[in-house]
Amino acid sequence: MTDEAANLTLARTELLAAKPPAEPGGLVGWARRNLFNSWFNALLTILSLYVIWLLAWPLVKFVIIDAVWDGAGRDDCLADKVGRPVGACWPFIQAKFKQLVYGFYPPDQYWRVNLVFFLGAALLVPLLIPRIPHKPLNAVLFFGVFPVVAFFLLVGGVFGLEHVETRAWGGLLVTLVVAVTGIVASLPLGILLALGRRSEMPIVRMLCIIFIEFWRGVPLITVLFFATYMLPLFLPNNWTIDALLRALVGVALFSAAYMAEVVRGGLQAIPRGQYEGAMAVGLGYWKTMGLIVLPQALKLVIPGIVNNFIGLFKDTTLVMIVSIFDFLGQLRATFSDPNWATPVTLFTGFAFAGIVYWVFCFGMSRYSLFLERRLQTTHRR
Amino acid sequence: MAFYNDPRLRGIFYQIVLIAVVVWLGYEFVINARDNLRAAKIASGFGFLDNTAGFGINQTLVPYAEGDSYGRVFVVGLLNTLLVAVIGIVLATILGFVVGIARLSSNWLLARLAGAYVELIRNLPLLFQILFWYLAVLGALPGPRQSISIFDEVFINNRGLFIPHPIFGQGWEIVLAALVIGVAASIVLRVWAGRRQMATGQPFPVLWTSVGIVAGLTLVAMIATGFPITFEKPVLRGFNFAGGLRVIPEFVALLLALVTYTAAFIAEIVRAGILAVSHGQTEAAYSLGLKPGHTLRLVVVPQALRVIVPPLTSQYLNLTKNSSLAVAIGYPDLVAVFAGTTLNQTGQAIEIIAITMAVYLVISLITSLLMNIYNARVRLVER
Repeated sequence: MTDEAANLTLARTELLAAKPPAEPGGLVGWARRNLFNSWFNALLTILSLYVIWLLAWPLVKFVIIDAVWDGAGRDDCLADKVGRPVGACWPFIQAKFKQLVYGFYPPDQYWRVNLVFFLGAALLVPLLIPRIPHKPLNAVLFFGVFPVVAFFLLVGGVFGLEHVETRAWGGLLVTLVVAVTGIVASLPLGILLALGRRSEMPIVRMLCIIFIEFWRGVPLITVLFFATYMLPLFLPNNWTIDALLRALVGVALFSAAYMAEVVRGGLQAIPRGQYEGAMAVGLGYWKTMGLIVLPQALKLVIPGIVNNFIGLFKDTTLVMIVSIFDFLGQLRATFSDPNWATPVTLFTGFAFAGIVYWVFCFGMSRYSLFLERRLQTTHRR
Repeated sequence: MAFYNDPRLRGIFYQIVLIAVVVWLGYEFVINARDNLRAAKIASGFGFLDNTAGFGINQTLVPYAEGDSYGRVFVVGLLNTLLVAVIGIVLATILGFVVGIARLSSNWLLARLAGAYVELIRNLPLLFQILFWYLAVLGALPGPRQSISIFDEVFINNRGLFIPHPIFGQGWEIVLAALVIGVAASIVLRVWAGRRQMATGQPFPVLWTSVGIVAGLTLVAMIATGFPITFEKPVLRGFNFAGGLRVIPEFVALLLALVTYTAAFIAEIVRAGILAVSHGQTEAAYSLGLKPGHTLRLVVVPQALRVIVPPLTSQYLNLTKNSSLAVAIGYPDLVAVFAGTTLNQTGQAIEIIAITMAVYLVISLITSLLMNIYNARVRLVER
């Protein structure tokens, strides 16, 4: 061996410079690299930790650790009576749960609401999972058949079902009814408006622009005021429209205008060649749009459409201002119950409603992200 | 080709039908409205604006008394809307930029914290947040006697926020003039420094000189006129505070909710805008020897602004429109006092709602006009 080594023509005469000391691995190394790599970052980290300690810890303490989990009335949620600091008063939510979900729907008819909830979920879930087949049929069932079935189930008055006035509806039921109606009505209306805005007929285009810009320029509240106070004046005297229906009309028109702008974005992204190709094979306007352009355009803007739905879902809360008791409206109504008046009642109610709203909206936004990523695979450059 | 297959003729036919439908609907609406108003014995026209309102408003920027007219109510409401919108826009922009930049921070914890803020706030309805601040947070504040005080100058309790009230004594105009002159001088200085740097490459410390000029001039004017601007401190007297400026809790709650809510959206816009500037720009700036601060200010931000400004304006519009949710907690904005109380008292729904909608439409149109001008100015000039 030693002889061979001596004969080598290529031999290292200098020693390698010493390697830098290995970075500490594990949690400490990670923290040093990401949290304390400069004095400024260290300061930011400490400040962030302070903010978390200031906000997150009291929240956890309130919602879980100090919370009262069962009880029968306000006495169980008063710190003086229980003899310890009191967090969220969950029995309050338990007691008001039915009011928050069904409003004043007759309790013996709850099954109808539950059936609607179940049907909606059973049709919506397969629609959302891309792997499940029969999407067109599913979409027709959800957007076409389900609203009709739900309408008759909820309103009643036919097939031996007891008639339930919409005034008795409330809570999460109304929130979902407004949201789903808005979604189901605004999508086709929005597509029509978007097509109209890009139409070559000047009067159609102008009317669509005026319609869209008008509704987008005013706040939803004024639209609801319009639907509640002004719309009845415009209709013949003998027509009485239900208060909920009036609000639904307002919400649908309002969200259709926003939907139209989203769809227009998609339409503009479709290259001219697609239109020209469709024309070249002899398709008419509706066939060009329905078979060639819209399927591509809508696919492009699905994330935007879902974002619109999130906005619409959040906006449903505004109906409480025109005295329709949606989820938030019912929540506010429960606060005035003297049997549950404690210092923690308000915070408990808001915590519960916040979780409900957040889960719905966050779920939708995650789904939109998921779709965006899924659709990107086919459009990746 | 048969005439009914001619696309041009068809187009004309469709449009005539459409116009006929619109005109017919409009005619029906007018006739129905006339009959309904007559049946309900509601007056029409804008004469009601001169009638006496007869109700009080708890925050007025211009003098207002119960005996004033509905027209005055409109002005008071409009000013209150604009007040909350302007202050909200300024604060939301600051908070939104801070959060948006924090989300891009290399500090893992800070980035996550900012992300959590955005995800939490964006996914809760605004009305929910307004009610939360108003009923739960501000409602839980102590009474005037147990007020939370900040340096004995500012007091927070369930009656509102009490801050020192500035009183303008004799000669305050001179101080104001000094301030204006200082600001004008700084602007001139900035232009001059910019030109000189372009010509010679020599930088000039504009910021510190400007601060010196403005502060110095104002201070000199203050001393010369004997400190004309004094502050009246709020003092606890009996069961409430006297003196000082009272900010009503409705305003505080609405502002808090609008600012935190809009800031979450602005943060996302800022983040997207900064990410839209390709990393090559930063690297090129570094390789030219620019400091990180200069790179951000001179290279990244100007390019990011092109992406940020259009959606930012639409957020400003959203904030202005969302301020109408004030009606839920009784902040006397345009919708609350005009489309709310005035409508209930007079019943003239058509006129009042039309005026209210027109106000918001005008604000929207002016904003989009300014937006178009800005867009035309910053548009990337492509060869």
